[in-house]
Amino acid sequence: MATNIIIVIIVTSFATYLSRFLGVVSAEKIKETSKMFRWFNCLAYSTLAALIARIVIFPSGSLSEVDYSIRFIVVILSVAIFYLTKKNLVYPTLFSAIILSLFSSYL
Amino acid sequence: MIDIKYFLKGFKSIRGVGSPAIALGASFVAIGALLKNLGFTIQESIFSTFLTYALPGSLVMAESMLIGASLINIFIAVWLVNARLYPMTVALMPLLMHKNQPRWKYYLSCHFIAVSSWLIMKDNYENIKKEDRIDFWIGIGTATWSVAIFATIIGFVASDFLNKDMLIGLAIVNPIYFICMMIGAMKTIQISISVILGTILGPAFYFVSPEWCILFGGFIAGTIAYLVGEKNGN
Repeated sequence: MATNIIIVIIVTSFATYLSRFLGVVSAEKIKETSKMFRWFNCLAYSTLAALIARIVIFPSGSLSEVDYSIRFIVVILSVAIFYLTKKNLVYPTLFSAIILSLFSSYL
Repeated sequence: MIDIKYFLKGFKSIRGVGSPAIALGASFVAIGALLKNLGFTIQESIFSTFLTYALPGSLVMAESMLIGASLINIFIAVWLVNARLYPMTVALMPLLMHKNQPRWKYYLSCHFIAVSSWLIMKDNYENIKKEDRIDFWIGIGTATWSVAIFATIIGFVASDFLNKDMLIGLAIVNPIYFICMMIGAMKTIQISISVILGTILGPAFYFVSPEWCILFGGFIAGTIAYLVGEKNGN
């Protein structure tokens, strides 16, 4: 099993580095003022948004044990705190962890 | 070789009100605990974060191992969930490239591309001269990567003390951090539409294909945002 785990880790990291590596190769030919760059910029933000929305709406792992309405409420409240604290990122993140732990313990 | 002044400037990005340290730390504490429960040793857990340093990839690896997936299936699953790193790299590296800088810096430091380091760099690059950006970026990357490795160790050691409710609390921190960062980044028409449409289409395509929904949804959302933005002056 021990050698298996090492191989799995190496396969995982290779699958991850591949996209980063190919990204640099492509980037060598793309100017930051080009249309291509702006398109990829949109694609980067939209895939990120898609990933995060998927994690919140269709979570795998421990988040899936919390009802979706609770996840939704925590997200809304945390974003509100983000704005109330003039875009401080520490407060909403701390708040979200504490409030969701409490919701999950007592509801 | 690496300008230490800009390296440190980037490294210090993990302090202050915009700090990714808490979010990154929380999620890698959860990974550390998860890997321990999967039967990893502490060395293997550190090795995993050290080499992969992309949270969704590590999660997919853990899930695949749980169901006993083959190596090729693990490779495909991880590649699919981390393929978003390709457009992220293409959308970042042209901002950092400078003829006076050696190429190896780019091929090595692309390992640091993960959502939090990427969003910080996107938020700050305009304040740094182009020639110095790569050193600034290596500073950000080293800092966030170190936090991730350190948190993995904490999570591994503390896993016996973390109950289910605490792990649920840890799991929400990273998405909240990313949501706030993304909202903060919505300064142009293209980025705003990308974020909003991506948020809608990503989950919508989940009903078609859970594996491909991020790439399909992201591709369509990003392309629409690009076209709309080009017509309306970005």
